Amino acid sequence: MIPTPALEFRPILPEILLCTFAIVGMLYEAFARRPDPVPHLAIAIVGIGPAAVTAYALWDWSGPSYVLGDTVAVDRFSVVSRFVLLGAAFVGCLYYTHYASRDPGSFRGEFYPLTLFATAGMTLITAANDLIVIFLALELLSLSLYVLTGITGRRRASEAAMKYFLLGAFSSAFFLYGVAMAYGAATSTKIVGVAAPGIVQALAGQTGSQALALLAMALLVVGFAFKVSAAPFHMWTPDVYQGAPTPVVAFMGAATKVAAFFALIRVFDVGLQPLTWDWTPVIYGLAVVSIVVGSVVAIAQRDVKRLLAYSSIAHAGFILTGLTAANSTGIGAAMFYLVAYAVVTLGAFGIVMLVSARGEEQTSLDAYAGLARRSPGLAALMTVFLLSLGGIPPTAGFIAKVTVFSAAIGAGNWPLAVVGVVASVVAAYFYVRVIVYMYMREPAEGIESDDGVMPRIAAGVLAAGIVVLGIFPGILTGILEPASIVRW
Amino acid sequence: MTGIDWVLLVGRVILVFVALLISVLLYIWMERKVIADFQTRTGPMRAGPRGVLVTFADGLKLFFKESISPTNADRPVYLLAPIIATIPAFLAFSVIPFGAPVVIFGRTVPLQLADLNIGVLWVLAMTSIGVYAVVLAGWSSGSNYPLLGAVRSTAQMVSYEVAMSLALVAVIMFSGHLKMSEIVAQQDKVWNVIPQFPAFVVYLICALAEVNRPPFDLAEAESELVAGFHTEYSGIRFALFYLGEYVNTVTVSAIAVTLFLGGWRGWWPFHGAAAWLGPVLWFVLKVTAVIYVYILVRGTLPRMRYDRLMNFGWKYLIPFGLFWVLATGAIVVLPDRYGHRRGAFMAVGIIVAVWLVMSLVKQLLESPRPAPASREGLAT
Amino acid sequence: MPLDNIVFWVFAPISIASAIGMLLVRNAVHAALFLIVNFFCLAVFYLLLDAPFLFAVQIVVYAGAIMVLFLFVIMLLGVDSGVPIHERLLVQRPLAFLLGAAFVVEMFLAIRAGVGFATKAPAVFTANEGGNTQAVAKILFTQYFFPFEVTSVLLLVAAIAAMVLAHRKARTVTQAEIDAAAGEPDTEEMPVYGAEAAP
Repeated sequence: MIPTPALEFRPILPEILLCTFAIVGMLYEAFARRPDPVPHLAIAIVGIGPAAVTAYALWDWSGPSYVLGDTVAVDRFSVVSRFVLLGAAFVGCLYYTHYASRDPGSFRGEFYPLTLFATAGMTLITAANDLIVIFLALELLSLSLYVLTGITGRRRASEAAMKYFLLGAFSSAFFLYGVAMAYGAATSTKIVGVAAPGIVQALAGQTGSQALALLAMALLVVGFAFKVSAAPFHMWTPDVYQGAPTPVVAFMGAATKVAAFFALIRVFDVGLQPLTWDWTPVIYGLAVVSIVVGSVVAIAQRDVKRLLAYSSIAHAGFILTGLTAANSTGIGAAMFYLVAYAVVTLGAFGIVMLVSARGEEQTSLDAYAGLARRSPGLAALMTVFLLSLGGIPPTAGFIAKVTVFSAAIGAGNWPLAVVGVVASVVAAYFYVRVIVYMYMREPAEGIESDDGVMPRIAAGVLAAGIVVLGIFPGILTGILEPASIVRW
Repeated sequence: MTGIDWVLLVGRVILVFVALLISVLLYIWMERKVIADFQTRTGPMRAGPRGVLVTFADGLKLFFKESISPTNADRPVYLLAPIIATIPAFLAFSVIPFGAPVVIFGRTVPLQLADLNIGVLWVLAMTSIGVYAVVLAGWSSGSNYPLLGAVRSTAQMVSYEVAMSLALVAVIMFSGHLKMSEIVAQQDKVWNVIPQFPAFVVYLICALAEVNRPPFDLAEAESELVAGFHTEYSGIRFALFYLGEYVNTVTVSAIAVTLFLGGWRGWWPFHGAAAWLGPVLWFVLKVTAVIYVYILVRGTLPRMRYDRLMNFGWKYLIPFGLFWVLATGAIVVLPDRYGHRRGAFMAVGIIVAVWLVMSLVKQLLESPRPAPASREGLAT
Repeated sequence: MPLDNIVFWVFAPISIASAIGMLLVRNAVHAALFLIVNFFCLAVFYLLLDAPFLFAVQIVVYAGAIMVLFLFVIMLLGVDSGVPIHERLLVQRPLAFLLGAAFVVEMFLAIRAGVGFATKAPAVFTANEGGNTQAVAKILFTQYFFPFEVTSVLLLVAAIAAMVLAHRKARTVTQAEIDAAAGEPDTEEMPVYGAEAAP
């Protein structure tokens, strides 16, 4: 008889709650008589709220740092990510509720459970201390997102889902290969081992050839770069952002990046710490390529969703810039950038959803012409988000860029910072162009408008947050500072 | 391994192979006779005493017939399918102990081809390969009826395989072994059929579906699909399908005997030189009994409608199988603390099993009426 | 030569040949069959590595369930083997071969440097004490208990995903529509089922 292992469930209570309420949502969908988004939203909120509370309870965790057979880490790092991700899930659900009430024909109640499952996968990936758990969580969030992408069943959405799925499965294979190699190099899949030596201990103690570990590192980079949509692994991003329903893009764009980057930080800054000198150049290269590709290609885009997709590629590069400094300053900078980016993305796509109107036909730049005259509120909010994306003060985006660049310079990577600054100037062109369209063009004929109140409130709160963070960044850095020291 | 070991091994292989072939000949004859009795006919009478050699004659005839392959057929796959139908059926039998270990030339020889550590899993693996025969035969024939038959029967076999695996998992959990010989040894006091009665019922039903026997023979529903997946086969290739199907029947019955009915265990008055004979006879007797039950089922029940078959598999058998695995876990673990309640668990299980059988009967007897649900389904 | 080595050298070429065959054949069903052969060879390799449990599971899960469903879908949909593939970038194919070859060489060198080809990893033998099945159970239900549970959630999501994609809401038919349909004369032509699906 196998002895029952010691189980400590409190550190994964947020995930348990999310999964439980996802199942409740599925059951509701199975027995509901009429399609109605409101009860679904209520169920989702009941899941997300307590999950946030239980996550907060882990802030001052005094138990062991690694639980459940060393597969899950308990630290402030993962608590921060949980908060961001749960917030993103909440806003995504809110958006979809409006989206569904606007276009009841396309409503699918499964959106909410799948979002909760995806969130569970994302929060788990940031807390995972085992490459196998990271892989499973990655699959959990990816599978949910593939389906969410195609949930409306429109042709374009289905095509986007298919592309996302095929390329995503391909990248998962790379990741898994990397896990196998890491096991070969360290005979463990744990990042930090307590009961038995984990990857970091094994690699630190190794004196011989590190060929396997390097190969593992390379393959893991491919897997993560795909998820964070860093060039040259970004091919899926524009198509998926353009084809997927906007509430899904808002959630996916914000949350996937946060989750994947947090996992990347744990794997590389903790697990592969003995190989720091080997992986920083790789991250460096990815950062340069992502920044340049994202900023340059975005100039040619006339579809706002596509434009934001390329901008997200560039932002992945900026975050990687911060990570080239393999220390807590770099991690803290990347975390700040991620939080700011998540907030901005959620807000910007909320506006995109409102402008696009039923059937999501109006996503081209022309639909934004004269937006300031039609609905000045929306135009003002969009301006705040675009300024933040462009890194112009007094927004959080500015502070975020400054912190990642200073982290990179602090680690001696000043050429990268120069590339980043130049690219930011280039990028300002296309962000400002949207603002010009909104304020200085005549509105086109036959543009539908959407007077959703809830998304407006949500976007307003997010915009306020952006400005407040831009003026008082200390609020956030004070929280992030203790969280950015990842233990091992 | 010395020479004698090799001889013993090869001897057992040949023994099992020949015994299976002969048993198939006899069981087919028995089936035809029993069914004939049901229908107040006499059945085969001419070849041999009371027609016992009829299958042999049929086999000879098929052997000398021309094997036709359709012009549309995908030839390599078409030729491969009947082989796949036969080989896994024989291989699955190789882990079944058909008698107590005997002593020959001073060595203890288990009456079993191979006592694998993963015995039950081996059986599952082989039955799951058997599906390919149907799929490939149906696809490669290049004709509509075989294709439809294959599509049906694949869905059926894959679905019922799940429930069957669940039934086997319950037994494995209960006995704590995957090795066939250990499972037989564990049944020395009480046969598993008593504590694991629900699993036994699930297994019997699923095994019927697994080997495509009536009332689950939708793959070859004559009135709809001619002969299903092997419509286009003739001669020796058809004979291989036929053989595979009956070997499979014998194998699933033998598995039922080994896992649930105590294997070769039985009461026997003789000892000494003839002692080895008892277990073998008991084994044969039990297998025959199980096959007899299958024949009775065939003679009694009408063929199920396809949607009901799938409904029954997915909505009754699999959930019940899952429940029973859970219950078995409780039965295995809880006695340490709550030993005295074991009977209560069993009672619940038996009640649910009875309900399961009743629902099957109800499904079969219910008069077919156009349900509104199916109409909706057709409209989409 | 020990039996293990003979078995290995019989199955290793088959596995590679079947993998290449899978890539080269045009017919989707033949490709699937090659893949099944490949899975079998993998199963045999597990057996050689003293992992009979994985051998059985590999056959039951991959060969027995996944590939059957795969073939099932191919049969139902009748994948057209004649779809022309337009290659826009002509360099892509040679480049892919080159990089693929480079990757193989890289793997070869890395594994030789990291683990070496002469030895079996000693961890396997100590891990398998008390039987492979028992060892798998032990590690799965203690050390890897949590990933095991996460897998169950993953499978649940996969099931939901399949359902969401496949399930379209049934349209309710009104009585008027049924009456209208009943009034129409039956079409004489027999529908041919599965004709598209046939090869």
